[in-house]
Amino acid sequence: MSEYKRPTSEIEFEQNFTQKKPLMNATEAHFESSKCLFCYDAPCITACPTGIDIPLFIKQINSGNMTGSAKTIYESNWLGNACGTICPTGELCEGACVFNHQDLPPIQIGRLQNFATSDAIKKDKILFTPGSSNGRKVAVIGSGGAGIACACELRTMGYEVDIYEAKSKPSGLTLHGIAAYKITNQEVEEEINFLEKQMGLNFICNHPIERKTQLEQLETEYDAIFLGVGIGATAQIGLPGEDKINVVGAVEFIEELRMKHHQLAVPNRVVVIGGGNTAMDAASQSARMGAESVVLAYRRSKEDMGAYGFEYKLAISAGVESVFNAQPIEIVGNGKATGVQFIRTQEVNGRLENIQGSEFIVDAEMVIKATGQAKQKHFLELIDGLELDKRKKIVVNDQSFQCTNPKYFAGGDAVNGGAEVVNAAYEGKMAAQGIEKWLNENE
Amino acid sequence: MPNLNIDFAGIKSPNPFWLASAPPTNSGYQIMKAFDAGWGGAVWKTLGVPVINVSSRYGSVNYGGARMAGFSNIELITDRPLADNLREMEEVKKYFPDHAVIASLMVETKEEWIQIIKDVENAGADGIELNFGCPHGMCERGMGSAVGQEPAVLQTIVEWVMEVANIPVITKLTPNISHIVDPGLAAARGGTNAISLINTIKSIVGIDLDTYAPYPVVDGKGTNGGYCGPAVKPIALEMVKELTQHPEIKNIPVSGIGGIETWRDAVEFILLGAESVQVCTAVMHYGFGIVREMKAGLEQFMIDKGYETIYDFKGKALPNVTDWKHLNLKHKVVASIDNDKCIGCDLCYIACDDGAHQAIRIPEGNGNRIPEIIDENCVGCNLCSLVCPVEECITMEQRDDGTQHVSWDEKTKANAIPTTFDDDRAGGKGHFVPTVEDALKHRK
Repeated sequence: MSEYKRPTSEIEFEQNFTQKKPLMNATEAHFESSKCLFCYDAPCITACPTGIDIPLFIKQINSGNMTGSAKTIYESNWLGNACGTICPTGELCEGACVFNHQDLPPIQIGRLQNFATSDAIKKDKILFTPGSSNGRKVAVIGSGGAGIACACELRTMGYEVDIYEAKSKPSGLTLHGIAAYKITNQEVEEEINFLEKQMGLNFICNHPIERKTQLEQLETEYDAIFLGVGIGATAQIGLPGEDKINVVGAVEFIEELRMKHHQLAVPNRVVVIGGGNTAMDAASQSARMGAESVVLAYRRSKEDMGAYGFEYKLAISAGVESVFNAQPIEIVGNGKATGVQFIRTQEVNGRLENIQGSEFIVDAEMVIKATGQAKQKHFLELIDGLELDKRKKIVVNDQSFQCTNPKYFAGGDAVNGGAEVVNAAYEGKMAAQGIEKWLNENE
Repeated sequence: MPNLNIDFAGIKSPNPFWLASAPPTNSGYQIMKAFDAGWGGAVWKTLGVPVINVSSRYGSVNYGGARMAGFSNIELITDRPLADNLREMEEVKKYFPDHAVIASLMVETKEEWIQIIKDVENAGADGIELNFGCPHGMCERGMGSAVGQEPAVLQTIVEWVMEVANIPVITKLTPNISHIVDPGLAAARGGTNAISLINTIKSIVGIDLDTYAPYPVVDGKGTNGGYCGPAVKPIALEMVKELTQHPEIKNIPVSGIGGIETWRDAVEFILLGAESVQVCTAVMHYGFGIVREMKAGLEQFMIDKGYETIYDFKGKALPNVTDWKHLNLKHKVVASIDNDKCIGCDLCYIACDDGAHQAIRIPEGNGNRIPEIIDENCVGCNLCSLVCPVEECITMEQRDDGTQHVSWDEKTKANAIPTTFDDDRAGGKGHFVPTVEDALKHRK
């Protein structure tokens, strides 16, 4: 039974979707920052994919150098504000905080990071300026975390950068794909505007790149091309009945919810298929939208789930029920889905087997598939010599993020198969440095 | 239950916790509240010549998350009419006959001293404290620390006072002097019944980075203030000890003042020979109720140690406070890290490597960040144990067997002072000094 009432206004929506990591006030930030030990060779830095000098930015908050603190953060991570809020900090920096070893709560690094960067954004502090023009041009395809990080980094080095975005707004999944209780649209947009203003980012929105001729043109016009294209829409899983109208992909569901808020109709009975973080987000959000019953079904055991433990707990605390070892075999219903038929599974000698005769149906008025994204295989195959691995991820050099077609560099989900924004921010930045190095060597 | 009563140079008090002469003792209202809260005595905010105060009076030094680790004021002596203060003093004594009410005084001429002593005696004060300490404002008019810094003048005024006073006289000293024994001796020779110290330290607590004026800022300008609060305790303790160990002064009761906030601070002052303690900043920070912690802690300490009165342990640390030349050069301690408690912050490593004696390493390949003491390099300086944030994680272990004792003084007397650098603990001799390559290995 869901604990949330169906939101009928923006205010009620905000109540159901209260931010997991709300902005700190100045007093909270002062006390929290004063607790940091300033560890030597701090484990939190090592645990951060972008290697932010965390003890330094915390010390800067405490000594009243808020602008310097924001600069420390952005020097390592161009999406410092978003990452402070949406990073799984308990698995990263905060999980590495030495306080954990004495059963003390770790320093709230994410919220402090968000505090310092929000201050700079609110006050429109100029932290960086574009480098003087070096005459080089780079096209960035996709304006998600990886693309923005790559573009910002290139701008500091004096590159002219055009960012091609298929949707009407930049930010990719940071804006469209994150659960609404983790970050607000306004926060994402403010950070992008902040960066756009000081770095002179040139977003070309509503401009999908999907044809060979477009790619050829980019190859002629630009010195290098960065692919930050993500992994696309939810994949078909080949389930009978999958094409019914009330069967939706989790990515699409989350995006629609982020855009429509309380105006999105979520029915009373929802089944979410999958065991990853996206499944948890979709289930949590369905519950917060007031669905009476949200069932999370995963074909393997609880221990096998890809989702972080804290994400699962969050879903359960929102009123989501879970069913494990349940393999969907058909989405039933006449034209419209009325339920999902599952069969029980068990692991035998490391292999998952269906238990014959154990079929059961869970009623559903909406089925959300959180079973993975389709990858941008067809698009990527248009690029000559671009190698993909078995899982259709772009193969890159792990330092330069250069693709097997040397004119192309790539980062983010398209390379890592779907990770956090912070990973995208790191890879985009590294790719920019890879581009610089490659162009210098080939001048 | 231990007995906390004291008889301080004839001033009787139910416990040794007194309020220092300061804003918390500005009125009868405050002092009555304080006595009800548990304070044993109060030194009334200094009575004297008419003054005018400024607006914006206090500044503080905050440290990390803590407020008022140090505190400074530029407030003068009382700005309330003498008659009001005397009337309230009489009233306090009526309600609290067994508590100690001490009148702090600061005037200029002999006639003024004689008159004001009569006034406070008539009001029922149990004692007098001569304010020769304030380092701001009043000293510019030839009073306060201007007196305390001139032992001859101080002695003369004490003599004037002793001629006429019928109640015990405490002389309050300023720390703004290079040798505290000089004014201490002057007070003793002038015949004072007791001494209290320290008054506040001349200070600038900070500068406003926008107005370029020192705190507290008064219309764009500031002046030096008097510094107090927890940060000054070490200076006060040392000065108290200078007097309580001095052969000509040691029999004169001392009231310890300076940064006292907990029972532990109070016990430390008593162990160094103080008989009462005076508190101001802690009350300005937490209110009179803070005395609960002090009293309870002192009582528990006395129960745990089996003391019945304050006098059972007064001055008990004094024999152990000696000159450097008497310290045992054969004593050896080495740091030891409790691996189970270590949280891997590695502050001990970097503190030792950058700030001390390069006696800690972080072993590679252990998969943890637990540092290791390099025994041969450890000089036993304590730094690692001081920076370690974990309770009882780094301890200093004794390594000598306790049978040998050699001090510099003994060496001097035996004509055995070294003429070369042969300290076994010194870098380059007793232990290795890292190389130039080690110093530059992180260079980019």
